[in-house]
Amino acid sequence: MSNPKEAVKEKSMVIQKEMTAKLFKELSNTKETGKKVVYTFVPGNLTELILSFDMLPVYPEINALQSGMRKQSGNYIKEAEKLGFSEDVCTYVKCDIGMMVNGNVGPTGEKLPNPDLLLLSYTGCFTFMKWFENLERLYPGVPVAMLHTPYQEDGKMTPDQISYMVKQMKEDVIPKMEKVSGKKYDEKRLSKMLENSAKAEDLLVNILESAKNVPSPIDAYFAGVYYIGPIFTAFRGTQEAVDYYTMLNEEVQQRVGLGLGPITPEGELKEEKFRLVVEGPPNWTNFREFWKIFYDMGAVIVASSYTKVGGVYDLGFRHDPKEPLESLAKYCMGCYTNMNLPQRVKLLENYVKDYKADGFLINSIKSCNSFSAGQLMIMREIEQRSSVPVGFVESDLVDPRYFSYANIKNRLESYFQMLEQRKIIMKQEEEIVN
Amino acid sequence: MNKYYLGVDLGSTTSKAVIINEKDEIIGRGITNTRANYSVAADIARDEAIYNARFSVLKNKLGDEIKVRPEYKKYIDDLESVFQYEQFKVRLDKLGEELLKTCKTFFKEEETQEKFIGHLRSIRKSFKPEIKRDYLYNNLGAKNQFFRDIVSEKYNQEVNKLDAELFEPLMTVWDKSISPAENERVQFDFRELVEKAMKELEDKYKNLPDSVSDNTSVDFDAEMNLLKGNFKNVSETLREHIYEIAELEFHISNMTGTGYGRALLPFPQDCIRSEILCHAFGAHAIFPNTRTVLDIGGQDTKAIQVDKYGLVTSFQMNDRCAAGCGRYLGYIADELSISLNELGPLAMKSTKEVNICSTCTVFAGAELRELTNLGERREDILGGLHKAILMRAMSLIARSGGVFNEFTFTGGVARNPAILKYLEILIRENYGNDIKINIHTDSIFMGALGGAMFARRNLNVELPSTKKAKAELSK
Repeated sequence: MSNPKEAVKEKSMVIQKEMTAKLFKELSNTKETGKKVVYTFVPGNLTELILSFDMLPVYPEINALQSGMRKQSGNYIKEAEKLGFSEDVCTYVKCDIGMMVNGNVGPTGEKLPNPDLLLLSYTGCFTFMKWFENLERLYPGVPVAMLHTPYQEDGKMTPDQISYMVKQMKEDVIPKMEKVSGKKYDEKRLSKMLENSAKAEDLLVNILESAKNVPSPIDAYFAGVYYIGPIFTAFRGTQEAVDYYTMLNEEVQQRVGLGLGPITPEGELKEEKFRLVVEGPPNWTNFREFWKIFYDMGAVIVASSYTKVGGVYDLGFRHDPKEPLESLAKYCMGCYTNMNLPQRVKLLENYVKDYKADGFLINSIKSCNSFSAGQLMIMREIEQRSSVPVGFVESDLVDPRYFSYANIKNRLESYFQMLEQRKIIMKQEEEIVN
Repeated sequence: MNKYYLGVDLGSTTSKAVIINEKDEIIGRGITNTRANYSVAADIARDEAIYNARFSVLKNKLGDEIKVRPEYKKYIDDLESVFQYEQFKVRLDKLGEELLKTCKTFFKEEETQEKFIGHLRSIRKSFKPEIKRDYLYNNLGAKNQFFRDIVSEKYNQEVNKLDAELFEPLMTVWDKSISPAENERVQFDFRELVEKAMKELEDKYKNLPDSVSDNTSVDFDAEMNLLKGNFKNVSETLREHIYEIAELEFHISNMTGTGYGRALLPFPQDCIRSEILCHAFGAHAIFPNTRTVLDIGGQDTKAIQVDKYGLVTSFQMNDRCAAGCGRYLGYIADELSISLNELGPLAMKSTKEVNICSTCTVFAGAELRELTNLGERREDILGGLHKAILMRAMSLIARSGGVFNEFTFTGGVARNPAILKYLEILIRENYGNDIKINIHTDSIFMGALGGAMFARRNLNVELPSTKKAKAELSK
């Protein structure tokens, strides 16, 4: 395959890269600045709480996917397998472990600081617990705080569950944060941050829902995870995030006004042929190749579930400055992977309808049990409820060995032909009826 | 002028071509297992389909007459079979040349060369009449598809009769010669060949035994009786019609390529479609109530759900491993040193299927040897292997959404009786006795049929990428 050319970028894409680089820089300077570092997860993250203690968050799964995009993950995974991690273990975990035993050099080439606190936000993924058990061994003596988020087994949050979570924060998480940071918990400051979060959340929802327009001004999967989403996790609660999303929203609304399609790495998509809803994480090791198969065919992802792992704000939830800890609890419980399967099906069914999608596609991840369980049921349900063609491809998060370009292309080509044909036949049918 | 449409399905193991008329009726089928490049394979399959189409047109042309004169149909069927033998002979001569050539380069000493050329001559001499007989009296059965299968079986038999020390060199010479003989496209003059075939038929009918008891291998049916003594009249009546169809121009109005090699077909980009859509469309055309299609091909297995229009709503394919596909059977046949066609019938003799747990083609070979060492019968191991293939297919079907009301099985593997046996058992076991199971004699041609049907409908997919490629080409 020929070397990809330098990707075409919007202003927001450049800024998000700068902001991320700045965070990694800041992380590499913690020795000098004395800032404390908290390792934690994206789903159900307590970013505002961490920032309110002036600590910096590190998200191992983001490091792993960044390593994947930079073609470093393969070697890290091999390192972890040498240590005895089996082939079937989540590749985010193996990439992360491999990176750590390799001197903990982050994806940007700068060394990541060791953690001062391991905050296990245990939301929606069973592997998280085992992952942090390993980190605990890798960083002996580092305190571990666990926040257990009850799964929405019955499809709703109960007052008991909320108070259970608040209790954990009050009795375990906050005291440990106070101890590590040497600062007192400042609820006023947290509330102020949550005010910012809510503002950014409004903007984010606006941006993601812009994909309801035809043509959609954004790709809500590839672009969603590449420049729309990441800032949200690491910077939520800051003025910077509000500023970023204000600018991004303006940029997107402008595209809507001009009737423009999304920006791809090879420039603007001229003709929107297919609108898809995608379930499951993307492949990171061949991200651009994977994306290219879609935009070459004129396929735009108008809604996706993976961009909702960090929070499903389009269902109405906003962080609430008036009840800071309660709203953090509700946020954690509301993340996509913490929703039960009927809730997920309903959400995706609505996406297909509301975003006028032509098809529903699953990218099933070989090493991700959390996402894969239930996907076939989800697919069948969506097929029956929405009667759009459904597709299924398989790859992996960051293990390059499991991305078969030929297989995926073959299946996607067939899938796009299915969609095309359906359009032709349906149009003919309509003409007959009319 | 009649309009015809061509579908070419380039699979991983065989290439198929189907010609249809304006009513979606199949009038020509062609198949080849050549390992040559896809372009040659497509040409060979298309040539075959056109020869076959000529005979179909002949039968259609005679229309009502053929209904009251069953001996006409018998004559034409026999003629096509002998026509194939004439084609076969040309290829056999080609193989003879190749074998000779190989001998001369492979063996350095003249004396050895002579010795082996002598063996080759006598081998050929002994199997040629047998094969001729098989063709003339329709004894080839399911084997009559491929040159390689027919010849290799006889060659093996003859070589096995010779001294063991000759086995290795004779097989090497064979391996080196068969591909060039098989992979060349030979264009035949239809008229010339059909005349030869008519002559050959005359001899056959002339020499027919007087009664059944004289020769049991001749299938003495009512039509044969009608022909005996009357063949001269029949052939003279038909001669003119036969010459007419020999001159017929087959105008292909549109064509579609599908299958694994589709990207390599010498077709315009927008005449290429996914084999998943074609198999489903073809199967649905034959069985319009079908909602679930299972296709077991050479290297992949596809479980496909279709709607009432024959359009695919979802599909599942095997990834990363060919266990459960046609190639798996080919591999097992090689391991057992028997021909692919013998596998199914042998497996049918199984009285208890041995549990085969391997999900890997290569490991299945090891498992096979292991089980043989443990004293399991070959038939029972094969029974288990066939069942294992279907078990994998069942899992794909489940993934794709299960079986609804009518189920159609397509692909080359559908010729294998043991596959059909276990398929039926497992479908009934999993989805109940009410499911209608369809298997068509043209199973292997479903992809090509779907392609031809797409060509007729001109439902070519205009994807932006193909547009882009076109735009670049026109620059």
